[in-house]
Amino acid sequence: MTSARSPLAFWAGFAIVLGLLIIAPLVLPEFWRRFVTEILIWGLLAMSSDILIGYTGMVSFGHSAFFGLGMYGAAAALLTVRPPNLWVALAYGIVAAAVVAVFVAYFSTRLREIYFGITTLVFSQIFYVIIFTWTEVTGGENGLTFSRPTLSVPGLFSMPFDSNTLHWFVLAVVTVSYLVLRRITQSPFGMVLQSIRENEPRTRAIGYAVERYKIVAVMLSGLFAGLAGVLYAVQNRFAAPDFVFFVVSGEVVIFNVMGGVGTLVGPIVGAAFFLLLREGCSRFFTEYYLIPVGLIFIAMVIFMPQGLVGVWRRRLNQ
Amino acid sequence: MAIPFEQILIQTINGIVTGMILALVASGLTLIFGIMDVVNFAHGELFMLGAYVGVVTMVATGNFWLALLTAIIVLAALGAIIQVTTLRPLLGRDPLTTILATFGLSLVLQNYALWQFGPVARKIPEPITGHFTLFYLDYPWYRIAIALLSAAIIGGLYLFLKFGTYGIWIRATTQDRVMAAAMGIPVPWVHTAVFAIGAGMAAASGVLFGPLVGVNHAMGLDWTLKAFIVVVVGGMGNLGGSIAASIFISLLEAYASLWVSPAQAVIVSFVVLILTLLFRPTGLFVPTPK
Amino acid sequence: MSGAAPATASPLVSVESIHTFYGKSHILHGVSLQVGRGEVVGLLGRNGVGKSTTLKTVMGLVRPSQGEVRYEGQHITGLQPHRLARIGIGYVPEDRRIFRLLTVMENLRTGLDRHGVTEDRKQALLDKVYEYFPVLADRRNQAGGTLSGGEQQMLAIARAMMLEPKIILLDEPTEGLMPRMVSQIRHIIEALHREGVAILLVEQNVPLTLEASQRIYIMEKGVVRHHAPAAELRANDAVIHQYMGV
Repeated sequence: MTSARSPLAFWAGFAIVLGLLIIAPLVLPEFWRRFVTEILIWGLLAMSSDILIGYTGMVSFGHSAFFGLGMYGAAAALLTVRPPNLWVALAYGIVAAAVVAVFVAYFSTRLREIYFGITTLVFSQIFYVIIFTWTEVTGGENGLTFSRPTLSVPGLFSMPFDSNTLHWFVLAVVTVSYLVLRRITQSPFGMVLQSIRENEPRTRAIGYAVERYKIVAVMLSGLFAGLAGVLYAVQNRFAAPDFVFFVVSGEVVIFNVMGGVGTLVGPIVGAAFFLLLREGCSRFFTEYYLIPVGLIFIAMVIFMPQGLVGVWRRRLNQ
Repeated sequence: MAIPFEQILIQTINGIVTGMILALVASGLTLIFGIMDVVNFAHGELFMLGAYVGVVTMVATGNFWLALLTAIIVLAALGAIIQVTTLRPLLGRDPLTTILATFGLSLVLQNYALWQFGPVARKIPEPITGHFTLFYLDYPWYRIAIALLSAAIIGGLYLFLKFGTYGIWIRATTQDRVMAAAMGIPVPWVHTAVFAIGAGMAAASGVLFGPLVGVNHAMGLDWTLKAFIVVVVGGMGNLGGSIAASIFISLLEAYASLWVSPAQAVIVSFVVLILTLLFRPTGLFVPTPK
Repeated sequence: MSGAAPATASPLVSVESIHTFYGKSHILHGVSLQVGRGEVVGLLGRNGVGKSTTLKTVMGLVRPSQGEVRYEGQHITGLQPHRLARIGIGYVPEDRRIFRLLTVMENLRTGLDRHGVTEDRKQALLDKVYEYFPVLADRRNQAGGTLSGGEQQMLAIARAMMLEPKIILLDEPTEGLMPRMVSQIRHIIEALHREGVAILLVEQNVPLTLEASQRIYIMEKGVVRHHAPAAELRANDAVIHQYMGV
């Protein structure tokens, strides 16, 4: 699924978008500044899910679990480790997500398609229940609050985050993640993943250890999802069970579909589109904005299954 | 620590009652999956809307049985409309698309309910008040009535499928939709009818369940999830299996809630699902194919 | 079998230059053929040349990307299979595909239970079919999946007969059957022909096709290569060997 665009066109486009995102916090009012940062974080989460849906062909309805574990992992670090350290928070969050990813990875090798999807859903609900009811540790319904760590590189500098630097930090992390994932999906490893998605039995027959590839794909996906969770925790300074609830997983899948599965950049576009749509509809329709949003989503599933990026790519290729 | 025998008995009856309601919900879901390979994410919302229609009809007429009937009819009609507009265009596509479409549908239906009825829970009064004494406790007759009614409805469905031309049409289409069409069976309409039946059954469950707890817009997701688990554990498309699985899981949860809180008791059904998928993926009560 | 009759001016079924794809594979490259009322037409060819696909296209199970199918002069290309079954096209697929979990009786009922058919007519149809296939009468309450291969083939044909079709599309009915059963199938085809039912017979069994058909088409690689009255081919079957490689 390599793009027909030339590398030059890609990097030019990439540079332009990146430039815009860098300037964004300087020109936008506070609300929109945070909005853009959130789009990036959700976009990262959706991108991580795309590794499974778009590239390996396994739908996950439980990504909220990885996200939530990243969030709570960071919370744990920021509340227990003194002084609060950004890198430790990242480590805790990613490790927490990775541990769970191992579990899920095991199941991914045993179950097909929709059974895998349901199992991921069930897993994330199990975590939700545990987090919701284990009040002593997780703060239960109310979650945990903590303060933002400083951006510090030991021995070099240390400065507290303000909303601009936080935005740039998030942008940096998301951009690097995107580039890393892009490299991976375009590598031979990524090609095998796509081959698994197209025709798993044939891939196995050719001689690839499909199980191993799936496990790595799940771990990768879980890791980046956890990373998104850490970013969210640092940005908002709280962790709450709502984010482990199924609805988040559902929204992630929506971002993927709306943006275009298997495109990596599509999910970010999808996240932006959905969040903007939600914001817009909530202005006009006040409380029940999810009704038109839901209807649009259904229409897109029926009439535009390749998603926004998919449609755009098709236009470009003509 | 010994649990008093009466409590175990009460939980057994509770488990069976809840199990029967779950069976009503799940049989619709498994029928739908068996015939059209559609994983209906919005099934719980059909349950929820059925309960609301029940509430509205109760308020208007004061007659529980009329409310039950109205809910079934309204939701069956809604189900038919949904199937024709959103699911028919997706026939033959990647199964992921139907999951997504029904997921979008569940969002729309849930928020529609929130919009129309508000966030405060409503209640349906019990049609049969009165208790009978079970040891030293009062056990409501209504709960027994629920179990019997659910059994009756499921029994009716079974008879309909087994005898009668349309039952044959449904079973033939479930087994081989291509040859069913080649035999002149109007397959697209059979699909619509089955979806409507599933919706009607979910609505009936919603109304029957209504008097036990409050009716509110968010009640659907739990039931969708549980119904899925039952369908998988019972064997996809296997009607008898889902009934057995419904009772089995509900009993386990009822017993579990003797020790842990109800919110935590749901983990039981999750664990059962995972074990089933690991060791007997075709269904717990289905003999593993050789 | 009676002598060859040329294709009638207004054929019952007319397939006109159809092109059919499965995904990206171009299976039929412009197939044309005709079946007249009450005619038995054979369609021969090696495995994979597109014989089954042709039948499926007529039955509406596969949509052609180009070309027309006509039935009694009307366009039926792209109509849904259940409509076609109701206007008189019966289909007996390769591997039979009877409803395994339904009883023999229920299998028959899928075709029998139609609008506008009186109970008497239904009973008459059933009686006729039980006469043709006494074994089905014996097993009428048994599940289809418990029947032997030959019995399932009979059920598949009987089931199509319940539709009172004007034409039956028969896809390799003798595949995997013992010689005794093959001869039974031959008699059924004859009986149906006597009743005026047209048959489009796809087969690998050349002798059976030669005996039973009035005209024969031979396909190769998605097109019709040869077309002749059966009598001609019975006299000189060199052409057949050439295309079938038998």
